[in-house]
Amino acid sequence: MSDSAIGGVAPIPITVEFTGGLEILFDNQRKYAISLPGQLEDGSQPNISYLVQYLVENLMKDQRKELFIMEENVRPGILVLINDADWELEGEEKYELQPRDNIVFVSTLHGG
Amino acid sequence: MGSIEENCASLRAQIATTEAQLANLKRDLARAESQAAANSENTAPAESAEEHSDLQSPWPLLQEEYKRYGRQMIVSQIGLPGQLKLRAAKVLLVGAGGLGCPAAQYLAGAGVGAIGMIDGDEVEVSNLHRQVLHRSYNVGKYKVDSAIETLKDLNPHVTYTPHRTHLTSDNAPTIFKDYDIILDCTDNPASRYLISDTAVLLGKPLVSASALRTEGQLVVLNNPPRPPRDPDGGPCYRCVFPKPPPADSVVSCADGGIIGPVVGTMGVLQALEAIKVITAPDADPQSETSSKRDPPVLHIFSAYSNPLFRTIRLRSRRPNCAVCSAAATISLDTIKSGSTDYVFFCGSATLPSLLRPDERLTPEEYREKHPEFTQSGAQKSLTTPHTIIDVRDEAQFGICHLENSVNVPISKILASTPAQGLGSDKTDQSTHPVAPWLPQNIAGQDSNDPIYVVCRLGNDSQIAVKKLKDMGLDRSGQRYIGDIRGGFRAWREQIDPQWPEY
Repeated sequence: MSDSAIGGVAPIPITVEFTGGLEILFDNQRKYAISLPGQLEDGSQPNISYLVQYLVENLMKDQRKELFIMEENVRPGILVLINDADWELEGEEKYELQPRDNIVFVSTLHGG
Repeated sequence: MGSIEENCASLRAQIATTEAQLANLKRDLARAESQAAANSENTAPAESAEEHSDLQSPWPLLQEEYKRYGRQMIVSQIGLPGQLKLRAAKVLLVGAGGLGCPAAQYLAGAGVGAIGMIDGDEVEVSNLHRQVLHRSYNVGKYKVDSAIETLKDLNPHVTYTPHRTHLTSDNAPTIFKDYDIILDCTDNPASRYLISDTAVLLGKPLVSASALRTEGQLVVLNNPPRPPRDPDGGPCYRCVFPKPPPADSVVSCADGGIIGPVVGTMGVLQALEAIKVITAPDADPQSETSSKRDPPVLHIFSAYSNPLFRTIRLRSRRPNCAVCSAAATISLDTIKSGSTDYVFFCGSATLPSLLRPDERLTPEEYREKHPEFTQSGAQKSLTTPHTIIDVRDEAQFGICHLENSVNVPISKILASTPAQGLGSDKTDQSTHPVAPWLPQNIAGQDSNDPIYVVCRLGNDSQIAVKKLKDMGLDRSGQRYIGDIRGGFRAWREQIDPQWPEY
């Protein structure tokens, strides 16, 4: 379902990073370069919600999905950064991805 | 052999005696030095502007202070006005650990007027690699007393106040109100929410940091510290993190590990941010721009990434924040009365008790079953073959492991896709590898040799046993699969006192 691009619309290349321990859920790899379809089957553009589902289905190696998502959204305690800004400044999960966007998922730390 | 042991005992006794002598000498020296300092000024170290004016000196600082703080005062961002602000400032550090120690050290060095530290813990040997104010001879002492002892050696001009208690909803407002700025140097979400809420409601800026393994995070909150309802105030911890993380996802330094300079870096940066807040030029009420501060940011440090730091822009105050917005439901009263329940809000991690008693073996029971494996030098006589799976991660396995064990980290077990129902597909076992991480001799379908799973404390081992059984490896009970109850901590207590405790 991740390949549901409609012909003729260029795919969207982005980089995704995991930090604060989240990389453990993604095969201990911090940085991924991925390509999302430029347009989805329903004609919409891929947004952060779509990206999160895409990551869970395609890149997440760990079975413990609850350490990344909760109620189909990123779980509390994970900050989503869109080009070095808190996603709340950009429209949260509805933000539509642009070519060369850098999306970072940061797990908040509590040790001290 | 006897003489070597006696020699060791004698050396240990000599070291203990010498360390005690050293501690006494240091205390005598500290006392003598502070007396000397007092004599040379012909008064006790001055602690307030009033006492300085009693000296009738034309200068606002003592001669010694000009020398002591000169190197930072000639930096234009500090100057004499900044130094006087530092001396008038009262800073509270919540936590005297890996963050609190370096932060306090630099704040004391910089000449902050009063430093309070709150922590109910005592110094442990495992703290010393990162909690840089504590000394080996102070193991067992209250952390705040140990820290202040070192700080007094560093700068006797500062007034130090130890709070030998854990922060609670009950004591937080009372303790906070005597300070101008709060540093969150704690290690758990419940404390972080309590500290932020209390700081907001009392109008104190908050410098919050955290660290784990190779990474750290730093944020200045409630800055400027406008009253709740004022949208121009800086965001608070709840604005950034309205919901706490699931308790099971919170990892402590004791479980996850921490590199000393990583948490040290974050503590030093907390001191820096506190100095910036304290010495910031006064806002000019005439000027529009002077009241505009830098937008709120979060700094993320990652020791093994390039660049080491990244800074991200944060939101401003949340319009429906539970503590700093017009829709606030939290007040000092709800905190003190306990109706804002931080432990309930953040939850507590549920320690798994997944297995029945007959699925668990104490280390002693294991020894009774397999005496040959616990006698040194006899490990090779495989009279009762079995497999021990050690589910700690590779680094811990590398520190110490049993000779007859195989390492399969729990993360690998949990990451693997669920087995394709080995129990329901008995005809096809040999052609379907159950899981790639399973040791060959276990995956073999004809063995009924028992499998024992062990970990550090006896939690992950239960999860692993459950997973192995879910995969059908116990052949509906024909093969024993169980865990070593209490893990290597119990192993050390019951079987091998020489086993490294880390």
